[in-house]
Amino acid sequence: MKKTLMFAPLALCASVSLAADLDAKVAEMMKTSFKANGIASIERQVQDEVQKACSSPTQPDAATMKRLEEAQMATIQWPANGDYTGGDWKEGAKIAISGRGLTWTDPTPDNNGGGCYNCHAMDPKEVSAGTIGPSLVGYGKLRGNSEPMVKYTWGKLWNSKAYNACSDMPRNGFGKILTETQIRHVMAYLFDPESPVNK
Amino acid sequence: MKKTIMAVAIGAVALTAPNMQAMASEDLNFDAYRQMLADGNPAELFEMEGEELWRTARGPKNATLEQCDLGVGAGVVDGAAAQLPRFFADTGKVQDLESRLMHCMETLQGIPSAEIINGKFRQGERGKLASLVAYVVTHSNGKKVQVDLSHPKMKEMYDMGEKVFYYRTGAMDFSCASCHSQDGKRIRATQLPNITTSKGAAEGWGSWPAYRVSNSQFWTMQHRLWDCFRQQRTAEPVFASDVTIALSVFMAGKGNGYEAVWPGVKR
Amino acid sequence: MANPMRIRAAAKDGVTEVRVLMSHVMETGQRKDSSGAVIPAHFITELTAKHNDKVVLSAQFGPSVSTNPYLAFKFNGGAKGDKVVVSWVDNKGDSRTDEVQVA
Repeated sequence: MKKTLMFAPLALCASVSLAADLDAKVAEMMKTSFKANGIASIERQVQDEVQKACSSPTQPDAATMKRLEEAQMATIQWPANGDYTGGDWKEGAKIAISGRGLTWTDPTPDNNGGGCYNCHAMDPKEVSAGTIGPSLVGYGKLRGNSEPMVKYTWGKLWNSKAYNACSDMPRNGFGKILTETQIRHVMAYLFDPESPVNK
Repeated sequence: MKKTIMAVAIGAVALTAPNMQAMASEDLNFDAYRQMLADGNPAELFEMEGEELWRTARGPKNATLEQCDLGVGAGVVDGAAAQLPRFFADTGKVQDLESRLMHCMETLQGIPSAEIINGKFRQGERGKLASLVAYVVTHSNGKKVQVDLSHPKMKEMYDMGEKVFYYRTGAMDFSCASCHSQDGKRIRATQLPNITTSKGAAEGWGSWPAYRVSNSQFWTMQHRLWDCFRQQRTAEPVFASDVTIALSVFMAGKGNGYEAVWPGVKR
Repeated sequence: MANPMRIRAAAKDGVTEVRVLMSHVMETGQRKDSSGAVIPAHFITELTAKHNDKVVLSAQFGPSVSTNPYLAFKFNGGAKGDKVVVSWVDNKGDSRTDEVQVA
């Protein structure tokens, strides 16, 4: 009896260390199987805290999620004087449509698109919209432009992981995918009553 | 005669962009379009070239590939693609169709693998390799994917492939799972197989390599994975590297038992 | 030199169905490359199909036809073992002729 009890923890230990071994092997392979090309450096193969925690079919426990989200929230750059205006929805439309940027075939890390339509419906007239993210049709019209709503939207655009650590959405501001000016344009595309999103 | 001209006209019109969108607006379903193409899949042109390449003496050793063992015996092409990737005792490695062909080209013909690994898709020896792929997969068309996962190295590759599938990295935090872990989702108008299910994995694995009508190119699975990583915004995967083999074993193994439609045709 | 066509011809109930897959860039002359230079037009202009020595189809092609064109047609007559010959000429004067036996 005693012998059996002794064995069980040992077996558990072995399987845990095997799993850790596999994780280490995968992390190593994710570096050695890749090479830098243009703006796509090999550093891209190293995971940050959020990427690491969200790399399995199940997301981390609630406490970990909360801790990660708080850290991500702290990275958001809020506009000076709480002024979210100044964007042009027409420019925002271009950013939402373009899915270009940050691949190894792009010459510079600047002038990226937001790729919004890859995953979201926005202008109801655009039929070729992806379905991975929720529909944003009528965004401003349905949600209004109260201060908390506008602030949330800015934050979500800047760093989606502040609201859901394992969100599928890229961290546009934090990850330097979009500039602050571009985010203002996308805000206008979402909230401006003249924007086709709200027509 | 009249009918012929009609057929040509339809073929031509369907390939212009505005009409693709018109079709998309109807139901965002390209099945009808694909069916129309299935009969005259231009991948056959690559297959013809591949068959020629298989039988032609080439390279510094001036040899054909007719002694190449793809896992079902020297020179046997029938059903070979359906059982790949597999563990090969002679190399001590798990190899997919492309890395195995590359090995045969080096050992039998003397064509250095480095030339292919450092080359570009659709060019030079890597381009020729793609035509050979078209030839080999055509001889597994309609066959069931039967990948043997029993060897410990295959099992390890499968497990690593699964981990890679969920591995988030790069400038946009994407993993394969970001786009391929739910049923019925799309990027823009492109339908995405759910690779976490056997049916979805088979859909992905069993429909590439394929001819892409939008750019008139034949893409192998290595090419497909390379472009997935490009869009994921990672660094560039090395041709036939472990990560590409691991993902291939994962997809093929998960899709075991499903029929392959090789070569595929995509929009 | 132009790449070969893949031709298939099958006779059934006195009708022969021919399917032809051509290897051709079919460049329209309207596209530009990455440096902005126009890619010169290069497309098939004429196609002829013969059953033994009799012309059964003659067609004019243009820049609106896709890369690697596919053509299917039927003609009355034809029997197993007959010869079907397909030829095309393009705007650069390049040409290609391939033949197949009716199955």
